[in-house]
Amino acid sequence: MTLKILGAAVAAAVGVTALAAPALAQNEQFIPALVYRTGAYAPNGVPFANGIADYYKLVNARDNGINGVRITTEECEFGYATDRGVECYERLKKKGPTGAAYVIPLSTGVTFALTEKTATDKIPLITMGYGRSESRDGTVFHWNFPLLGTYWTASDIILQHIARKEGGFDKLKGKKIALVYHDSPYGKEPIALLTERAKRHGFETMFLPVTHPGVEQKATWLQIRQQRPNYVLLWGWGVMNSTSIKEAVAVGYPRSQMYGVWWSGAEPDVRPAEGGATGYNAVTLQHTAGQFKVHEDLKRHVYDKNQGSAKWDETGEILYVRGLINAMLGVEAIRTAQEKFGKGKPMTGEQVRWGLENLNITADRIKQLGFDGVLQPIRVTCQDHEGARTGRIQTWDGKNWKISSDWYTSDDKVIAPMVKDAASKYASEKKITAGCLN
Amino acid sequence: MLYREAGQFKTSYQADQAIFPIAQDRWFVWGLVAFGFLVLPLFADQYLYTEVLIPVLILSLAAIGLNILTGYCGQLSLGTGGFMAVGAYAAYNLALRLPETNLIVVFLFAGLMAMAVGVLFGIPSLRIKGFYLAVATLASQFFLEWAFARVKWFTNYAPSGSVAVGKLELFGMPIQTPMEKYLFVLAIVVVMTLAAKNLIRGRLGRMWMATRDMDIAAEIIGIRPLYAKLSAFAVSSFFIGVSGALWAFLRLGSWEPLAFDINRSFQILFMVIIGGLGSLLGSFLGAAFIVLMPIFLNQLPGILGIPMSTALISHLEFMVFGAMIVFFLIVEPHGLARLWAIAKEKLRLWPFPY
Repeated sequence: MTLKILGAAVAAAVGVTALAAPALAQNEQFIPALVYRTGAYAPNGVPFANGIADYYKLVNARDNGINGVRITTEECEFGYATDRGVECYERLKKKGPTGAAYVIPLSTGVTFALTEKTATDKIPLITMGYGRSESRDGTVFHWNFPLLGTYWTASDIILQHIARKEGGFDKLKGKKIALVYHDSPYGKEPIALLTERAKRHGFETMFLPVTHPGVEQKATWLQIRQQRPNYVLLWGWGVMNSTSIKEAVAVGYPRSQMYGVWWSGAEPDVRPAEGGATGYNAVTLQHTAGQFKVHEDLKRHVYDKNQGSAKWDETGEILYVRGLINAMLGVEAIRTAQEKFGKGKPMTGEQVRWGLENLNITADRIKQLGFDGVLQPIRVTCQDHEGARTGRIQTWDGKNWKISSDWYTSDDKVIAPMVKDAASKYASEKKITAGCLN
Repeated sequence: MLYREAGQFKTSYQADQAIFPIAQDRWFVWGLVAFGFLVLPLFADQYLYTEVLIPVLILSLAAIGLNILTGYCGQLSLGTGGFMAVGAYAAYNLALRLPETNLIVVFLFAGLMAMAVGVLFGIPSLRIKGFYLAVATLASQFFLEWAFARVKWFTNYAPSGSVAVGKLELFGMPIQTPMEKYLFVLAIVVVMTLAAKNLIRGRLGRMWMATRDMDIAAEIIGIRPLYAKLSAFAVSSFFIGVSGALWAFLRLGSWEPLAFDINRSFQILFMVIIGGLGSLLGSFLGAAFIVLMPIFLNQLPGILGIPMSTALISHLEFMVFGAMIVFFLIVEPHGLARLWAIAKEKLRLWPFPY
């Protein structure tokens, strides 16, 4: 009896599958979306995913796609788990008439896992502000695009800001700088740069790992209370950030001497600490909180038609804006590729890679796109997959993130040799011959 | 009807002691292996290889390893993830430092290193039993995880602690495409499953089972607990070590200690419990259930064409999956393998049950 029901259910499921297979429209560009709307990191994952989804909706509604090629997308939830992220990628990479245009993993772990897979599948991997720092060397990492900065850029900008506050890098001698980091490849990325800078300028470093998910940090902050470092850099994610800030309040460490990376510098990170986070700083790699010109279009074409993924008030949040920027860079790369390979056609991953490598977003173009006041010009080349390495420091005033510094550019005299070392090590391990693809 | 054994006479001891005494079983398994090696590669696509077949096979091997220890010898262990990590990092370091080493040797080395570490952490099992042993093996899990995250030598001083393997090849043949990887994994899993089956049927396996069922009685009939328990730890860790190396090399390609954290240990323990303690078939069924069911549930709304938000699908996945585990454990506490055994009993009588 039960077997019969089961059999009928299976038969029905198979039948529905056959019916549901959609007719493929040819003039569509498929872009997969790996998201985490559940789990420990959801507070940060949700606004980012919303920003990306809304920008695609905007491009479809306002411009009827990219030169007439409409964007289709499909979300796949992976809960920030690396193996599920890879599964999502494998599930979605072949969809659409030309396969996935590019992948945005939004997870350093998934980036590491996909770095090789995307090279074989010929799909570019856009890791805006995260992933492997050495992957900006496009002659080795042909398919990785850490646009708008890496962890080395971010940590260098924070150090420059600290040095300016202290009155120059030579004043850092004898100072103690602690790094409280998420114990994963993501959190360990800045260690190399901090060690290098510490060697040059003679400051002391303290590296304090926090295990995932980071709700238990009493021991870490006890060490900080004992050792009293002059500055604390925070490389956390999700619930770890707000816990760190609360612990800092508990041990009386001044928040104004804490600097977070951009993963530790959004609203969900500071709000749970309530008043405690006032004065806390974070680096932004170009993005900022607030509503800009692009939001007017977003309101008219998406939110007024009740198509928005978020609530309208949330569209000014840091991570939402970062999602918008990330989607915009991807769309502009496809547009660039179309100019070479044929306007109004969907692009393959290989063609989008060319588009990314020749991406050149000028100040005028930024204005046209409505990102005036957020972005600085970006120019990607084969040697430099980062495109731009500028950033500012922002400070939480208790209610909003406020920009509190000028633009900094990371020092290539320090970073470039490190990138070269790490990239050539990777190339020799993986037996990759360095050079530009066409 | 399907399983009618009438007329299958065993005329020699050899036939009586065969792995599959019933002809139908024998043919079925031969057919399955042939299907795996010959037919599947004809039509399987990349997704099937990389996300279904390879992970299920490798984790089945790990589950077999844990099943030898927990299911056959009765020693509860929560250190599986740590022993997998030992295998993975041993293989990585051998392949890195002696790049000319044959891949088979690399995996054997991974197994042997895990074996050594497993025996070391198995020593307390002589004094402590049951839940207390589980806690002791938990310590090994945390220690090994810590060691691979902190001792830089293991990761070749990689700045982020994440390591990657280069191109794999065996006797000059590349193992690059998903199909080649799958065939390689399948071959190893088939050979090692056969080895496990024979160990379990033999003197060693009987010693383990006697120890599991009642250690004092086993001691009285002349089984040395030291030898029985440590050999179970050794064999189990060997299997787990090889599966860890396979997981790292053929499934992940690049990994960090987080890939072998405590959750991996739990995952494999659940596979063994759901699949069936003390059953090789159960290891495969359990691995398939734990790996594939969440992915299937996640895709189901899409397959059925039900529009649903991504977050809702994900929450439903957890709820349904949890409910299914509870359901199976209530219906059959001895695991999926036992369900299969019952089905087989019924098939023997079908269609004329009495």
